[in-house]
Amino acid sequence: MIIARIIGTVVASQKDARLEGKKLLIVRPINLDGSDTSGYVVAVDTVGAGFHERVLVVAGSSARLAQNMKDTPVDAAVVGVIDTVDIMTPEK
Amino acid sequence: MQLARVIGTVVATVKNESLHHRKLLVVQSLNKHLEPQGKPLVAVDAAGAGVGELVFWCRGKEASFPFKREDTPTDCTIVGIVDSDAHVTTV
Repeated sequence: MIIARIIGTVVASQKDARLEGKKLLIVRPINLDGSDTSGYVVAVDTVGAGFHERVLVVAGSSARLAQNMKDTPVDAAVVGVIDTVDIMTPEK
Repeated sequence: MQLARVIGTVVATVKNESLHHRKLLVVQSLNKHLEPQGKPLVAVDAAGAGVGELVFWCRGKEASFPFKREDTPTDCTIVGIVDSDAHVTTV
């Protein structure tokens, strides 16, 4: 899973029937210190995340294993809203 | 599967129901000389690992196999703890 920040939303009226009712978000992968990286991913929201929140994004076929996502044609899903990230500086 | 060092923890109260009660750890992938390689990722723990430990993890759909495989949305899971750095030998 990657850590990402929500930077926008997508509206698509015409889409696969199994995607109806799902919220689409544009997320940008970020570094552990919170700084942005380049690129973006369109991900389906499964938790009710909001603009600018730090979230966990699952990519690949695992994305449709989230609850309420069975058999949906997605390869990226927001599965968690991050409260904190604690990093230990490696000794070695 | 790849070797990684657990370098931190992630707390997420609001998450997909299928991830409830799962421990989330930040892992830094390592090359065969145990030097950092690539960007850190967030992994679900299936082995009881802790911060600082050397572990190996699997990615992709197989990452959900240690759990209820049709219900756990993870693409990165810690599946084993290496006994110590000295137990990694490369020829």
